[in-house]
Amino acid sequence: MIELTHMPALVVVAPLMAAALCALIRHSRLCWWLATLTLTFSCVCIVVMGRAVFDGNVLSYAMGSWAPPIGIEYRVDALAAFMLGVVGFMALIVHLYGYRSVRAEIPQPLQGWYHAIYLLCTAGLLGMVITGDTFNAFVFMEIASLSAYTLIAMGKDRRALTAAFQYLILGTIGATFYVIGVGFLYLQTGTLNMTDLDTRLDGIMDHPGVLTGLGFLIAGLALKSALFPLHLWLPNAYAWAPSVSSALLAATATKVTLYLLIRFAYDIFDFDIALAQANWSFVLFVLSLAAITAGSLLAIAQDNVKRMLAYSSVAQIGYITFGIAVANLNSLTGALVHLANHALMKGALFMLLGGVMLRLGSVHLSHLAGIGRQMPWTMAGFVLAGASLLGVPGTVGFVSKWYLAVGALDAGHWSLVIVLMASSLIALAYMGRVIEMVYLRERPADAPTVTEAPPIMLAATWLVLAACIYFGLDTDLTAGLARAAADSIMDQPQ
Amino acid sequence: MSDAMLFGLAIGLPIVAAIGVTLTRAYPNVREAVSIGAGLGLCATVIAIGTRVLGATAEAGGVTHVLQVLPGLDIAFAAEPLGLLFASIASMLWVVTTVYAIGYLRGNDEPRQTTFFAFAAIAIGSSMGIAFAANLFTLFLCYEALTLATYPLVAMKGDTAARRGARTYLIWLLATSVLGLLPAIVGVHVIAGALDFRLGGTIPARVSDDLVLWLSILFAYGIGKAALMPVHRWLPAAMVAPTPVSALLHAVAVVKAGVFCIVKIIVYVFGMDLFSAADTTDWLVYAAGITVLAASIIALRQDNLKRRLAYSTVSQLSYVIMAAALATPLAMTGAILHIAAHALGKITLFFAAGAIYTAAHKTRVSELNGIGRRMPITMIAFAIGACGMIGLPPTAGFIGKWYLLAGALAAEDVFVLVVIFASTLLNAAYFAPLIYNAFFRREPAADVHASAAAHASPGGHASPGGHGEAPWPMLVAMGITAVGSLALFFVPDLPLAIANRITGVLP
Amino acid sequence: MNTETLLTFFGALNHWITIFLIVTGLYIIVARSNMIKKLTGLVIFQTSVYLLYIGPGKVLGGTAVILNDRFTVYSNPLPHVLILTAIVVGVATLALGLALVVRIKEAYGTIEEDAIFEQDRDA
Repeated sequence: MIELTHMPALVVVAPLMAAALCALIRHSRLCWWLATLTLTFSCVCIVVMGRAVFDGNVLSYAMGSWAPPIGIEYRVDALAAFMLGVVGFMALIVHLYGYRSVRAEIPQPLQGWYHAIYLLCTAGLLGMVITGDTFNAFVFMEIASLSAYTLIAMGKDRRALTAAFQYLILGTIGATFYVIGVGFLYLQTGTLNMTDLDTRLDGIMDHPGVLTGLGFLIAGLALKSALFPLHLWLPNAYAWAPSVSSALLAATATKVTLYLLIRFAYDIFDFDIALAQANWSFVLFVLSLAAITAGSLLAIAQDNVKRMLAYSSVAQIGYITFGIAVANLNSLTGALVHLANHALMKGALFMLLGGVMLRLGSVHLSHLAGIGRQMPWTMAGFVLAGASLLGVPGTVGFVSKWYLAVGALDAGHWSLVIVLMASSLIALAYMGRVIEMVYLRERPADAPTVTEAPPIMLAATWLVLAACIYFGLDTDLTAGLARAAADSIMDQPQ
Repeated sequence: MSDAMLFGLAIGLPIVAAIGVTLTRAYPNVREAVSIGAGLGLCATVIAIGTRVLGATAEAGGVTHVLQVLPGLDIAFAAEPLGLLFASIASMLWVVTTVYAIGYLRGNDEPRQTTFFAFAAIAIGSSMGIAFAANLFTLFLCYEALTLATYPLVAMKGDTAARRGARTYLIWLLATSVLGLLPAIVGVHVIAGALDFRLGGTIPARVSDDLVLWLSILFAYGIGKAALMPVHRWLPAAMVAPTPVSALLHAVAVVKAGVFCIVKIIVYVFGMDLFSAADTTDWLVYAAGITVLAASIIALRQDNLKRRLAYSTVSQLSYVIMAAALATPLAMTGAILHIAAHALGKITLFFAAGAIYTAAHKTRVSELNGIGRRMPITMIAFAIGACGMIGLPPTAGFIGKWYLLAGALAAEDVFVLVVIFASTLLNAAYFAPLIYNAFFRREPAADVHASAAAHASPGGHASPGGHGEAPWPMLVAMGITAVGSLALFFVPDLPLAIANRITGVLP
Repeated sequence: MNTETLLTFFGALNHWITIFLIVTGLYIIVARSNMIKKLTGLVIFQTSVYLLYIGPGKVLGGTAVILNDRFTVYSNPLPHVLILTAIVVGVATLALGLALVVRIKEAYGTIEEDAIFEQDRDA
């Protein structure tokens, strides 16, 4: 058994160090193996920590032995462990998948660098989750974001550059808003530690300074997590990035900022008092509904399949914030479980498109005609993940929708159940376009013949797809953990 | 063998068959042997389940839990008489349809034959799941699986019309289920706290009439497969599919799953007592009655044979719904009998339509003059099927209608009586002339010469004047279902026994 | 304006400057199409936040945190430490942004956002 004491630090430090090493080595194959080892190690740590906190324990680690609240605290509770699992495992699987994809899409001399930045991004994302310090979270957020901009800019198409630039501008504004928010809270309470903040905010939650800080925090995090209408950076970024980057970012990046939003809204602030009083919960609620409908409708209009999925992500983020805004146990469980479930299905979809990109050189809808027969495994996976996106029972998509619907009912919103259901029908419209094109059209005579994606890419993707089905049927792990996490942050003694 | 193993077999066999069919796609003979073998195995399984259900003194055997998806949401299976009826219809007609499809697909040289055999198997597997579902969640799961599995079948031809039809099919069925059925299930979950089927009803008797009204609306229109107007649109749209698919959809798997779900939900979720006692459920009788008449009138005006049959299906399905909505024991018996009778009759009609298309390449009612002389077996089978639709003895359709009529009389429901009489006349009006023309009108002269040269269809019994009967597997299949339709009139014991288990009325 | 208002105004002078800089930065980002100017705006915007932190940390008459008997009043060191980190982050962001601009110039031949969108639309 590995020593549990230092694990919270190791989980982040290991990929950070490995990133530096990769930057020195720069040999593509060697870097890949190093990254594989490191990410596997992080995942093992996450599992061990997860088992330790599953029954309500909390792991606290004092960074550099400076005791919190003065020093930076790393803190693993059920919620953090859940998110760490999502980020760690998705990062590992996408990385394994990248063995072939990176070699195909990134110029040879940059491949080592790519793995280094990938590790850096993962370290940043894991750090955002594990840290118990609000300012430290900002630093990790910037580590993750700066590497994300780079990951996107490495796309083959020159539009990747402008997309990365746009993302950089908007992402930095979002992060700076977050720092402003943290600054306001610091001015009012004199602390940056989340647990400490939670205690010190008692009784002063309606103070104007605190509320202003909260406003900046929510706006910044909403921008970073691409909540409609602050989603403008997202479609281009996902569409033109290399396949591995799209898969990693779609699966984890926005999720982690949403995690921070949940952390602030429920754990540090008391949702009912602070957010409801300032009408933030209502704003969030309306924006979620707008995101669900607008994102889905915009997705229908896209001809680039990666862009289509990016818009679909905007809608799916709306589902998560919807669960946050409805604010009861079931809806929050739905939001949390959807964080994981959407990571699985959207990750799988982008990974599948990576295979198409590799073989076909394009993911434009009209170029996909009839490839269902030539890439049977890829396209079967696409159907499966699409079904999950629709919320077909037996897949993970259903589980999250069920919790969200029951949560909405608990809150007395009958009509919203219908909205939730109707939006999944819009998902049918855009996924159906692709599936029809792929299966029911004949491959044009002059189109090049394509072959199935490489085995390692398929294997990694189908691992995720298998998880999509498995966790749709056996929800003890995902929904169970999400419920435990939701319980732990909602039942705070105030 | 334990119950669990039997259920596993019932659902697993078709799935295994689908995989086997895909693997052996290079060898058509092996592929079809796999399909038929699995079908026979499935029939045996269903019979084994049936002897347990009907032999047992309790109303149903134990529940087999597979796994719990979420607290309160179980995947579980249990056998009960109604499901048994649906399962036996589906499994037996699957074998017959497979035999028929061999003739049809080869005779017409259809593309994507493996697609048919594989997805038909999956569709049957889903139907078994619907039949033996022990709760609403499992039912919904299998219901959606059936929709998705039949989509590739409808789109099988792959041309623009097929794509459009399949899109309509998928959207209507998914939209209704997601907007109606799923909210209704969530509603039951919230009201009753449980989703399992109980004889006498899951919903507690104290719920308000308004709630019953809303739930019944959500269920009735949410189960789009039952094609209650105006959610019947998918059914004519699906007619673009090759005929074996239409037969499978409109007699075996899809539409029967729809009415089966409605009957099952009225009996096991609402409970017949609650449903007949509530004042607010009468609307369903009227909605179904209007559908019966409207669909019959539309059918009268269709020249395309398969579309005429499709609207006839819409109308016949609403018979079942209307009978079930009366929720009296006699009417319920009629509903259950009619499910079986219509299955046999309608599949015969589709088989005949497909045979005509294969042998003569005719799809229009107006082209069928004199065809009875060339294809006597086909047209006799057609006539038997049509009698079943009209409700004439000696076909099974008569018995179903008889009980329905008795139920309506007992309930003194004038509306239902009027609907039954009017629709019988309408049914006769759209089938009788067709049969008369086929046998007694003279074939158009132009056709005789043209067909002599052109229509010597592959595998057809080429007679001197052009085409003859369709390939023999199609005739065999058609014969079996036609005879079955007659046999059910003389020996309706099984469906009656099943109905009796549920309603408690002795025949 | 009476004295009290003036005192309140100048008492919060650092905040007024912060707000002015924030808005200026954001305005430049939104209004300018030139990418270098956008980055300039971004830097102004980020820098203004440094003031937000550092200002309140200053204690009048306080010194740096030096352990010596002669000094009793300290300024709060924590904001300075935080802002040192934030400056590093800001520099990194600017560096990456400029690198991207170089690449964009190579790929498009211009760094005017309008012209770039124009080119992409035609593509």
